[in-house]
Amino acid sequence: MTAVHDEVLSFDEAMEKYDPALGFEVHVELNTRTKMFSSAPNGFGDTPNTNITPVDLGLPGVLPVVNRVAVESSIKIGLALGCKIAERSHFARKNYFYPDTPKNFQTSQYDEPIAYDGAIDIELADGTVFTVEIERAHMEEDAGKLTHMGGATGRIQGAEFSLVDYNRAGVPLVEIVTKPILGAGRRAPELAKAYVAAIREIVKNLGVSDARMERGNVRCDANVSLMPKGSTTLGTRTETKNVNSLRSVEHAVTYEIQRHAAVLDSGAAIVQETRHWHEDTRSTTAGRPKSDADDYRYFPEPDLVPVVTNDAWIEKLRSELPEPPAERRKRLQADWGYSDAEFRDVVNAGVMSSVEDTVAAGVSPAVARKWWMGEISRRAKIADLEPAELGVTPELIVELNALIESGKINDKLSREVLDGVLAGEGTPAEVVEARGLAVVSDDGPLLEAIDGALAAQPDVAEKIRGGKVQAVGAIVGGVMKATRGQADAGRVRELILQRLGVEG
Amino acid sequence: MSEIIRLSAAALAQKLQSREVSAVDATQAHLDRIAAVDGSINAFLHVNTEEALLVAAEVDKARADGDTLHPLAGVPIAVKDLIVTKGQPTTAGSKILEGWHSPYDATVIRRLREARMPILGKTNLDEFAMGSSTEHSAYGPTRNPWDLDRIPGGSGGGSAAAVAAFEAPLALGTDTGGSIRQPGAVTGTVGVKPTYGGVSRYGAIAMASSLDQIGPVSRTVLDSALLHEVIGGHDPHDSTSLTDPVGALVEAARRGEVKGLRVGVIKELSGEGYQTGVLNRFAESLELLRGAGAEIVEVSCPNFKYALGAYYLIMPSEASSNLAKYDGVRFGLRVVPEGAPTIERVMGATRAAGFGDEVKRRIILGTYALSAGYYDAYYGSAQKVRTLIQRDFNAAFTQADVLISPTAPTTAFRLGEKLDDPLAMYLNDVATIPANMAGIPGLSLPNGLADEDNLPVGIQLLAPARQDARLYRVGAVLESLLEDKWGGPLLAQAPEIAGVK
Repeated sequence: MTAVHDEVLSFDEAMEKYDPALGFEVHVELNTRTKMFSSAPNGFGDTPNTNITPVDLGLPGVLPVVNRVAVESSIKIGLALGCKIAERSHFARKNYFYPDTPKNFQTSQYDEPIAYDGAIDIELADGTVFTVEIERAHMEEDAGKLTHMGGATGRIQGAEFSLVDYNRAGVPLVEIVTKPILGAGRRAPELAKAYVAAIREIVKNLGVSDARMERGNVRCDANVSLMPKGSTTLGTRTETKNVNSLRSVEHAVTYEIQRHAAVLDSGAAIVQETRHWHEDTRSTTAGRPKSDADDYRYFPEPDLVPVVTNDAWIEKLRSELPEPPAERRKRLQADWGYSDAEFRDVVNAGVMSSVEDTVAAGVSPAVARKWWMGEISRRAKIADLEPAELGVTPELIVELNALIESGKINDKLSREVLDGVLAGEGTPAEVVEARGLAVVSDDGPLLEAIDGALAAQPDVAEKIRGGKVQAVGAIVGGVMKATRGQADAGRVRELILQRLGVEG
Repeated sequence: MSEIIRLSAAALAQKLQSREVSAVDATQAHLDRIAAVDGSINAFLHVNTEEALLVAAEVDKARADGDTLHPLAGVPIAVKDLIVTKGQPTTAGSKILEGWHSPYDATVIRRLREARMPILGKTNLDEFAMGSSTEHSAYGPTRNPWDLDRIPGGSGGGSAAAVAAFEAPLALGTDTGGSIRQPGAVTGTVGVKPTYGGVSRYGAIAMASSLDQIGPVSRTVLDSALLHEVIGGHDPHDSTSLTDPVGALVEAARRGEVKGLRVGVIKELSGEGYQTGVLNRFAESLELLRGAGAEIVEVSCPNFKYALGAYYLIMPSEASSNLAKYDGVRFGLRVVPEGAPTIERVMGATRAAGFGDEVKRRIILGTYALSAGYYDAYYGSAQKVRTLIQRDFNAAFTQADVLISPTAPTTAFRLGEKLDDPLAMYLNDVATIPANMAGIPGLSLPNGLADEDNLPVGIQLLAPARQDARLYRVGAVLESLLEDKWGGPLLAQAPEIAGVK
């Protein structure tokens, strides 16, 4: 990219002078089995131009047919965002020439979206809640994917040629559009990130999208404008396109606020345009001018009949909605008795569902947390995987925990047992048996080891006899060393004290 | 001339079923006829000799084996080159699709194949079905078998001429504003535009999606009914396709009846602008119907005067969007201009070279009508007119069971006569357009020759949506009354085609 750096004001200074207004257009790719208007598979990462039918290529004579599952997914999204569902909504054609758009028009909803007038509460880290109003959520189709070859910028300008993959063309999208979000002040970047995170969480929770931002399942266009403090007239906005990670959303909003402030301070006007986000430099560059006079020559799609809903259908879908994520979190924290900090850690580590499943499988919330936040998270970090991707099942944790509680193994040994199970050596019990990991519970060999340890540290033994019970740890350590950790430390302590005739 | 090619599809089907004629002989007879006359007519853009004979041979074998076959199995058919076919080129009459082969069959083609009807080839048309004379084909005009200096109508001039010249007993057409019915009228053949949604549009290259409809082209009313039943009925690939069964159309054509039927003459579709011979034949046909027991009433459709204007906003608007896909990126012609071509320049050069003037005219018209600031005044108003036309029809159908008018205001005009006057050309569709605007079915059948030029005249029947059977019931009666008067089919009066090999 060309390294043209715009002037920016410091964020603090910008916030002293201006109030930001935000607006988001978030595109969610649905995970339906087939595409929005054709029977082609909706898949990611397949060989280019294999998930296509004549419809997806826009060949002469083809006609679209609406995917009913996509409509149901869209209605669910609408309901989860507190929207009204239109009794009758229509598709329209958005006409523009671009080689990733096979028909040179996108079939989208225009003036009659499937869902409209919603609102969701967005909770920031410190518990502050902002209500974001949803203008609409409408159905449309994705475009194909262009790869520009031979140019310096990777953009279409200057490329020698471009490759196009139509696998993505026609993948169902729901575009969620907010009303202008006012009043966030200096928390605007934080709110931006939290809003996109909430949308991602909602659609994932609904099961209607894979919601993987790195795959483009959730894509955000962020609108920013500033108005001088005290003003109520919205300023000119810019739309930063395709900000596709939560971190980038926060940074892009911060940057655009700072840039707008510098432009306005200089007495110049903001140019209404799209902006490209560059994660490497954490800055935006100008895209194409965007005015309200952009002419897509929308008109009702004559090849499709209106999507007509009815109360029975909507209520059936409503009854199928899962518990909203925010409510679920409140319920789980209360059920588990975690502190705010403990719960936040569990959520941030991405193990809330795993903990939930593990508790349901039969261990205490404390034990479940210990495993998922401890040993399993440690292993995930090393393996560069999500904790849930390691193959540790709730049932495995229950079995390990039962072995510990029965005194068969201790915490340290349980890790070895886990190694064995994950290496495919069998059930925890089988691994204990095969690897000879059972805690030594026969007092005979233990007493031998205790005597050895006492003889090795006669001064310590004397101190204990003299009433310094806390010194017992040194002898326990010696015994554990001698038994290669296979002894039950509690039992060892008991036996040492017995041996020395001291009350524990 | 071989007798086989003179047979109606129904009569040929009979002879095939009784094994008096083999499907191979029937197909070969038509291929021979095409070889003999099509140099003069230019109805065919592609002749599908090999495949047609193969299908015919399979039919003969199956019949010899005693298999149960569709009644029309072995009856050959021609297909307007706007309908996509596997194994044959599909051009839409445009340079932009020259050499393109569809990887899929249109639904109607699938149904022809299921019925085992040999496809003789693809017929000529105005480019993308835009025209009323077939002069706008990129592959040269088709000529009217009645007079080679005259147009065969359009856009489906190829299908109508092929049937009129006995090159095929049946053909498929498409009708957006009259492209089946007006060619039928000027070539002395029968053409039907079914109720919108009655026949799947999947695989018909779109001009104006809300108006386009595939339909039958034939020499008799019964033949159209036979073909209509093959191609009609619901198709899950077409969201606008009706779910109703296609109905007993053949039965209706076989048991024609007009006694007590109220036939509504549309006041606005006659008189000024209509050729004298056309009006004379129209009046005679009304007398015949009256004589057969029909009640002739006059109805008024006051909003029809806006129909042509509204049509020429809606049709180009939809066409401008439907034709956007022809950009040289995925299929068809690609023109790479000199210098450093950008994608925009390649698209521009491809479309400049690939589209003819009439297509460009309509794309520009439609793009303008849809553009911001003009949409309400043009496309929006046109849609309101459409509603008014539907209301006119609804009111008229409370007074009459079927409506009737001349199909076209004139007989076939001379090649080139209206080429430089688009408005005059557009006016030729004034009587056929209202049916497309309202989605109702229409049938045109020949009702004589005009006194002044001895050329065929057509009469149009219109019925309420989904009442296609009514058209066949009335059409069959009128056809039989007329043929009684003429002592045979009108086409028997057609002159021999000049230049026959």
